[in-house]
Amino acid sequence: MALLDVTDLNVRFDTQEGEVHAVNGVSFALEKGEALGIVGESGSGKSQLSFSILGLLAPNGKASGSVRFDGREILNLPESALNKIRADRIAMVFQDPMTALNPYMRISDQMAETLMLHKGLSKRDAIAQAVSMLDAVKIPDAKNRVRLFPHEFSGGMRQRVMIAMALLCKPDVLIADEPTTALDVTVQAQIMDLLGDLRRELGMATVLITHDLGVVAGFCERAIVMYGGQVMEQSPIDPLFAQPTHPYTRGLLAALPRLDHDSKMTPIRGNPPNMTGAPTGCPFCPRCDFVEDICHRTMPPLEGFADGRLRACHRSVDFIEEAA
Amino acid sequence: MIVYILKRLAIAIPTLLVLIVASFMLMHAAPGGPFTSERQVPPEVLANLNAKYGLDQPLWRQIVTYLWGIIAHFDFGPSFTYKDRSVNDIIAQGFPVTLTYGFLSFIAAVLVGVSLGVTAAIKRNTLLDYIAVGISIGAQVLPNFVMAPILVLIFTLTLHWLPGGGWSFDDPRFWIMPVVALSTSYMASIARITRSSMLEVLSSNHIRTARAKGLPSRKIILRHALKPALLPVISYLGPAFVSMITGSVIVDVYFTTGGIGKSFVDSALNRDYAVMMGITILLGTLTIFFNLVVDIIYGWIDPKIRY
Repeated sequence: MALLDVTDLNVRFDTQEGEVHAVNGVSFALEKGEALGIVGESGSGKSQLSFSILGLLAPNGKASGSVRFDGREILNLPESALNKIRADRIAMVFQDPMTALNPYMRISDQMAETLMLHKGLSKRDAIAQAVSMLDAVKIPDAKNRVRLFPHEFSGGMRQRVMIAMALLCKPDVLIADEPTTALDVTVQAQIMDLLGDLRRELGMATVLITHDLGVVAGFCERAIVMYGGQVMEQSPIDPLFAQPTHPYTRGLLAALPRLDHDSKMTPIRGNPPNMTGAPTGCPFCPRCDFVEDICHRTMPPLEGFADGRLRACHRSVDFIEEAA
Repeated sequence: MIVYILKRLAIAIPTLLVLIVASFMLMHAAPGGPFTSERQVPPEVLANLNAKYGLDQPLWRQIVTYLWGIIAHFDFGPSFTYKDRSVNDIIAQGFPVTLTYGFLSFIAAVLVGVSLGVTAAIKRNTLLDYIAVGISIGAQVLPNFVMAPILVLIFTLTLHWLPGGGWSFDDPRFWIMPVVALSTSYMASIARITRSSMLEVLSSNHIRTARAKGLPSRKIILRHALKPALLPVISYLGPAFVSMITGSVIVDVYFTTGGIGKSFVDSALNRDYAVMMGITILLGTLTIFFNLVVDIIYGWIDPKIRY
């Protein structure tokens, strides 16, 4: 049995423009200790997917479907029950460390409150543990700097603090939502290395949410490619890069700059879809080079086609390979 | 921090000077004077009166004399209307009254306003929210010159619970209606500001982080949301506090409390230059002082502000 089992998850938002279908029937399983990447561009629903797992959607958002954690249904549990799981069993690292930390509280207080809540530690012991966790994420002089406020740290250091805060209770699952997006490239690499080391050390299952295929390649064993709130392709990492079978995945890879050979970057034409109203057909079809009539009418089912690989496309793998 | 406070206090002195000179000149620029009346006063009498109060001197000289009186003797001069009372007497008599009901109104407005605002924000789009917003809109649109007679009608004339006017420092029953009449509209504004800023804070990223920690919502509100949500409220409270403790004409007139709110308006009507100046200076000083207090509180709440 998988540690985290997501089945047919839907997220809807009530807005003035109508109902936004942010996540549509997403299913995946996360095994103990596994690193899973969820890839997609802005607005693909990947962040809302992660928020819905822990019940962190905005007040106008509703999630339906099933999320089983450790064999137990946790989707839409009452707050008091969710609060026992949050941070203690499933923790999150958020995208923007500038705003995700409370600017009005000292780091020591922000970290200690998690441990005091879930582990019943005294404030002193909690701060001592916070300091050793800050040491673990390689914040120099953590003993003194734990007393500082978030704005007294650089962006990269703040994200380290954010990670340390998420790992305090040694969770079984870490969900990292674009942990490096707000950081510059050299710092990105350091943070990803750090996350990788800590993951192996703590044996934690990790869901890495990102728009950056390069980050996924270096970190994850398996990846899900999302578009328009739906899963387009699911695959172990190596074949995903070696032989992308979905037009969207191929588009994403073609849009990556390559250092190893001198090829042109080809962006995906068109704009991300409008998510208002129920989707009909494949959400990618207005931008797809392989589009046919049926794509506009019905969403292709997500079907297995090779070992551990699933794809949702009306065109056959052979057709797409030949076109390339 | 101490250097900052001293600096701000030092800036206050020229600010006050400008205030004094400007209001002095504006006052004298308006036609008429304290001794203009419908009854014709013989020119000799008028000249004598003007000479007695120094009004025959050139304006710059009057200003200098006035300033010297304040600096050297803390003397704001005699009232032009009440021959036997000095400005100091009038303020010393009226200010404690307005200070008392103003301060109580402030406390009431903040306590009720903030709780209404926070409740409305937490229970957004529920019945509680609508009730809280309804109360604050009602309180805002009901002017106190309407509210004061209604209060008197209900609590004095019908129920006979509260005295309809007058003032006593020993009997809180005299305080209740002035406080209610004065605090309501401030309370409504505070509730509105608190609600909207609380809603903004509650949708911010760091509150989501707090929720992801598994904190119960009571703790999230008290530890994480209240402080930043109160920042805009506090900047409103500085000036509001000053205008509350310097009283209100409506309250003074309806409840005959004898506060300086009425003295201020009377002085303007009677061209009682000295009383007008005295209360203007009091208002100005308090405004400057409480703006400083607001800035200090800001620095205490927001660690990014360094003095």
